[in-house]
Amino acid sequence: MYVAVKGGERAIENAHAWLAEERRGDTSVAELSVAQIREQLSLAVNRVMAEGSLYDPDLAALAIKQARGDLIEAIFLIRAYRTTLPRFGASAPVETGEMVCDRRISATFKDAPGGQVLGPTFDYTHRLLDFKLAAEGAVPEAPEGEAKDGPVPHITGFLNREGLIQTEDESDATPPDLTREPMELPASRALRLQSLTRGDEGFVLGMAYSTQRGYARNHAFVGELRIGTVEVEMDIPELGFAIGIGEITLTECETVNQFKGSKTEPPQFTRGYGLVFGQTERKAISMALVDRALRWKELGEDDVGAPAQDEEFVLMHSDNIQATGFLEHIKLPHYVDFQSELELVRKLRREAEGQAAREAAE
Amino acid sequence: MNEYNFAYLDEQTKRMIRRAILKGLAIPGYQVPFASREMPMPYGWGTGGVQVSAATLVPEDRMKVIDQGADDTTNAVSIRKFFERTAGVETTEETGRATLIQTRHRIPQAALTEDQILVYQVPIPEPLRFLEPRETETRKMHALEEYGLMHVKLYEDISQHGAIATAYAYPVKVEGRYVMDPSPIPKFDNPKMEMAAIQLFGAGREQRIYALPPWCEVVSLDFEDHPFEPSKAEHDCDLCGAGESYLDEVIVDDAGGRMFVCSDTDYCRGRRAAGHVGAQGVPFEEGAA
Repeated sequence: MYVAVKGGERAIENAHAWLAEERRGDTSVAELSVAQIREQLSLAVNRVMAEGSLYDPDLAALAIKQARGDLIEAIFLIRAYRTTLPRFGASAPVETGEMVCDRRISATFKDAPGGQVLGPTFDYTHRLLDFKLAAEGAVPEAPEGEAKDGPVPHITGFLNREGLIQTEDESDATPPDLTREPMELPASRALRLQSLTRGDEGFVLGMAYSTQRGYARNHAFVGELRIGTVEVEMDIPELGFAIGIGEITLTECETVNQFKGSKTEPPQFTRGYGLVFGQTERKAISMALVDRALRWKELGEDDVGAPAQDEEFVLMHSDNIQATGFLEHIKLPHYVDFQSELELVRKLRREAEGQAAREAAE
Repeated sequence: MNEYNFAYLDEQTKRMIRRAILKGLAIPGYQVPFASREMPMPYGWGTGGVQVSAATLVPEDRMKVIDQGADDTTNAVSIRKFFERTAGVETTEETGRATLIQTRHRIPQAALTEDQILVYQVPIPEPLRFLEPRETETRKMHALEEYGLMHVKLYEDISQHGAIATAYAYPVKVEGRYVMDPSPIPKFDNPKMEMAAIQLFGAGREQRIYALPPWCEVVSLDFEDHPFEPSKAEHDCDLCGAGESYLDEVIVDDAGGRMFVCSDTDYCRGRRAAGHVGAQGVPFEEGAA
């Protein structure tokens, strides 16, 4: 005797309890603290802040802990939390030219005012597993030097002086807000950049890589990559001036792209731009390449039909929270749709078989 | 969960959603863009429906949530719990007692009244999406009432298969103007869309809301010589004996054994409580499944 399936509620509660237990793992192993994640898994924390669009290392670390290290799940937790926060206002644009750089490199000039600073990078490490880390050895202290004084101007500014790089139109207009208005296409560059900076790192990386392999190649040089802290300022109406409300770490990448000129533009270098929360340089470089590829229209280039040139394709599929939700929803029951398909397929097969039988009889 | 506003969303967001709903009701079948919020459940799991319900609910409401016609499917349970926690509204499984019903993939079997609102969860609101993937194009097609492509697709189905090969999410035309996706309900449910209740459709990920006011004209697309046919399994419910309700097919053993049961669990329970017994059913007992 069949009894209609019941017990969804109890099943859900039990699943949650089991999940909590699995998240904790073997209780004879010490529990991770949020501070440990924040300090020792900081690049994961940075990614969660960047794609979660919320700069808060403690909450990002908590989300990583709660998500059992699943970063997209952690990003989701942060996004869902972020939407509930009240908005007091908007900051003034940050001045990345005044960044206190931990890292600042240029691939286009051997040296430039401000110098090249490698900073804490994996770049020239040999990727050999360090078994000493398994033994929890202490880290030898890194040598310290004096921080250089003086400004660290943007590299692209030098090219600008010669008129060799295309200039951007300045605007004080308030950019559209992706999180408060529905996406409208075609999108302005501000909206595209907003979407890319919170886009999935893997997706943006893949898109950028495709341009390097010839799908809308734009031959990018990393004019400059800088990572460091900038001050965030906000206008306080009661005071009548802006005050600093905190510091955030950002990664900024400006690419200098070869450009032979087009119907509308003279030969010059063109730009791609990436700006991402935290130390996230793979993402920032990827973002700059994709930004440049998406600018084909304003630069009068040809649409070669490459995926990275296709604004709607890129913007509508870069958000991993949208993507993972929709992808995973196919786990939900679809009995009703499937039943209607079953009946349709049976009907079409009956008709096809009937047809074949009639033809055989003739 | 007192730290959240009534029904989770803040009042400004609800007002924004209500404006979209009103616009949708004023232009039946037209997809209104709205600034969908990230909800604490995944996109694709009913975030559009949840936002529409949140913007529509008042404390006096009695809410029912169904998925595949059933109140007890896991995601329906999850969404019902969400509103129990964040809105504190009374919930019910009885279609007749509910003032607001959120649904995924079904229209309840019992006719709804003008005192009720039916909220649909919509995955892909654009009926033309699988014919033309670009939103920039499909919006133009709607604006110009350019629906030839859809008719060609239906015609090609007939020439290839002898019938229109769409069994669910069967496209409809609303008030002779907009072609609309009814959400993935079986085409069996399409004729029920001309009803007394207000119908609201929410697509969270795709940021669209659309609506049907009561007794709006909703015509399933077809051809004179190939008229639209709602269909269901040619069977009666094995539990309650209903011949007119939409059925789920359930596999009962590994030798091809199967039975058919009402997809609308409340409808089936009500019939059994009234003494109807299907071919494999047993007399109804309160409290039993």
